Amino acid sequence: MAPSLEEPIQPVDDALDSHLRKQPALKAAPPEHCPGPESEQAGKQDACAGCPNQAICASAPKGPDPDIPIITERLSGVKHKILVLSGKGGVGKSTFTTMLAHAFASNAENVVGVMDTDICGPSIPKMMGVETETIHVSSTGWEPVWVSENLGVMSVQFMLPNRDDAVIWRGPKKNGLIKQFLKDVEWGEMDYLVVDTPPGTSDEHLSVNSFLKESGVDGAVLVTTPQEVSLLDVRKEIDFCRKAGIPILGLVENMSGFVCPKCTHQSEIFRPTTGGGRQLAKDTNIPFLGAVPLDPRIGMSCDYGESFFDNFGDSPACEALRDVVRNVAEVLGMKGEDVLPLDD
Amino acid sequence: MSLQDIKHIALVLSGKGGVGKSSVTTQLALALSLQGHNVGVLDIDLTGPSIPRFFGIESAKVRQAPGGWLPVQVHDGQEASDKTNGHHENGQEKNSQSGHGALYCMSLGFLLANRGDAVVWRGPKKTAMVRQFLSDVHWGPLDYLLIDTPPGTSDEHISLVETLLKSATPEQLAGAVIVTTPQAISVSDVKKEINFCRKTSVHVLGVIENMAGFVCPNCAECTDVFSKGGGKAMATEFEVPFLGSVPIDPMFIRLIEEGKAPVYPEGTVVDGQDMHQNGEKSEVGDEGLLVEKYARCSLCPVFAGIVRGLVDNINVTAG
Ligand SMILES: Nc1ncnc2c1ncn2[C@@H]1O[C@H](COP(=O)(O)OP(=O)(O)OP(=O)(O)O)[C@@H](O)[C@H]1O
Ligand code: SF4
Ligand code: SF4
Ligand SMILES: [Mg+2]
Repeated sequence: MAPSLEEPIQPVDDALDSHLRKQPALKAAPPEHCPGPESEQAGKQDACAGCPNQAICASAPKGPDPDIPIITERLSGVKHKILVLSGKGGVGKSTFTTMLAHAFASNAENVVGVMDTDICGPSIPKMMGVETETIHVSSTGWEPVWVSENLGVMSVQFMLPNRDDAVIWRGPKKNGLIKQFLKDVEWGEMDYLVVDTPPGTSDEHLSVNSFLKESGVDGAVLVTTPQEVSLLDVRKEIDFCRKAGIPILGLVENMSGFVCPKCTHQSEIFRPTTGGGRQLAKDTNIPFLGAVPLDPRIGMSCDYGESFFDNFGDSPACEALRDVVRNVAEVLGMKGEDVLPLDD
Repeated sequence: MSLQDIKHIALVLSGKGGVGKSSVTTQLALALSLQGHNVGVLDIDLTGPSIPRFFGIESAKVRQAPGGWLPVQVHDGQEASDKTNGHHENGQEKNSQSGHGALYCMSLGFLLANRGDAVVWRGPKKTAMVRQFLSDVHWGPLDYLLIDTPPGTSDEHISLVETLLKSATPEQLAGAVIVTTPQAISVSDVKKEINFCRKTSVHVLGVIENMAGFVCPNCAECTDVFSKGGGKAMATEFEVPFLGSVPIDPMFIRLIEEGKAPVYPEGTVVDGQDMHQNGEKSEVGDEGLLVEKYARCSLCPVFAGIVRGLVDNINVTAG
């Protein structure tokens, strides 16, 4: 077989759209050139000849996914929905989500939620200290776990049968679980919902973003680290957001420099050889929300599910994070100090 | 059949992203090459391929050959120079003069028109691409093929393992190396990967703990390359081999990002080797091959050890 690379990449809007349509239940894996079982041509194209699903696809009703309005309804009581996205894994997306939520919640007047949609990364329940909680299911849906008076968490992990097992599922099955999660969790009235998303390398990434986009998100905060390996992926993510019509609130650079705990020498672990996040933000014309230095204690707090803000409130990393949060608030059209009053 | 002439195939896995799979894959390849093996690296991270960047070959393009693709060559094999010409007096210079095996890479990155483009593919297309990478790349004879994967376990992994179980012999498919970092979160993640391997009957070759300890570029006061995290205990608990701990080395990143040969402050000793002196003696400048510059990196002796353990494990498994 000669390698074929014609039209290798599916257009982003088309890919997003396909997640928003009814998905018929297939009896076999679709072949390589499948037009998409949800598409108008399903069951009728050349690729469909001989596909075991042909009869199902050809006769399945086409049209928008009826679950989308249900998801939108579930989230209608939430004033601000913020997606946290990254191109690469491990840049600190979950850490940042947790921080952002704790920061919003440090003002007692805000009701804040954290929604964790990452099936593969078990971080949020651990970071928020709710790993062992059992989830309350009422007649109207699943209820978030309350970490404090005004901070609730719900993770798609809670819906998995066994948390130590790898989820060895192909995309459609994972997407189904995520949809279930979005449909069933009862968020109620909230000021902020911060959404930790699967890394921009997965199929789940697409489905989460397409479902939430429909429900009206304020926009996405992109997280990166300063080195080019990571910036490379965030560029793809910016391209993705633009094509998908998801507003970009701004870019945060995490792990910018490392202050040694022994001496005060600051090392740049992840060197910003191509100008780092700041330069990239400038080049791509998006707001730069700030740079957060690497502090080993952030990792430690996260491991034990404690709030870094409560424990090490005066560390430089905390200061930087608070600035970022204020900047996010400003981008959302509020006054930074109202969301997170300046210390005096 | 493109896998036919490959002796051993090893996957590099991690549950969590950003723990250093690609950098571990890169260094395993460099270390194997430095020990004289011919190595191929296949990057099946289709949406975030970083192998081209790690090997500094981002602008390279894959060439078509009848019925397939030719991988991109990072460097040619080279006999140790003291075999070919025995005329250097100082045995200590051996480090910079010794030979290495050939190194090739294949990645979707080489096929993209624009490096900043978002890659959005349906599952079936990903599956087809992974299969094609396994069937249509003309690797030629290789001692080791290392496969870098995206984080987690999704379409790419399932297709990869399915295809390998079908098209590689059990002797060829050596198993998987699992990468983690000392943070508890990523250790709990390893459990998942081990479970994945058990379920798919892929042998676990061992666990590598990355980002444990720190090689300070400023002075050697508290450079701690063997600060152990939970990796070893965890490996024991799960009865899988522990291959070693790898510290964070900013000089490694500088090497990858800027192509600069690593230099270390006085007193930086790794695995009995004085990295500071090694650097001073070495004739390899910033223009040298990546593999030659890597020989000056503090992580090189660390990976030399890891690779020896890995090769042993593979040979035991292969019988
Ligand atoms: N031991 C180390 N010393 C210094 N830097 C490291 C080390 N390990 C990894 N890094 C750096 O950390 C970053 C993330 O590593 P890498 O890209 O290998 O992770 P990954 O697991 O492949 O990520 P992804 O899941 O997104 O594919 C890279 O910039 C890499 O250079
Ligand atoms: S019948 Fe056509 S649309 Fe349906 S799964 Fe098969 S190839 Fe895809
Ligand atoms: S090794 Fe020296 S410079 Fe580096 S952190 Fe320790 S004391 Fe500071
Ligand atoms: Mg990688």
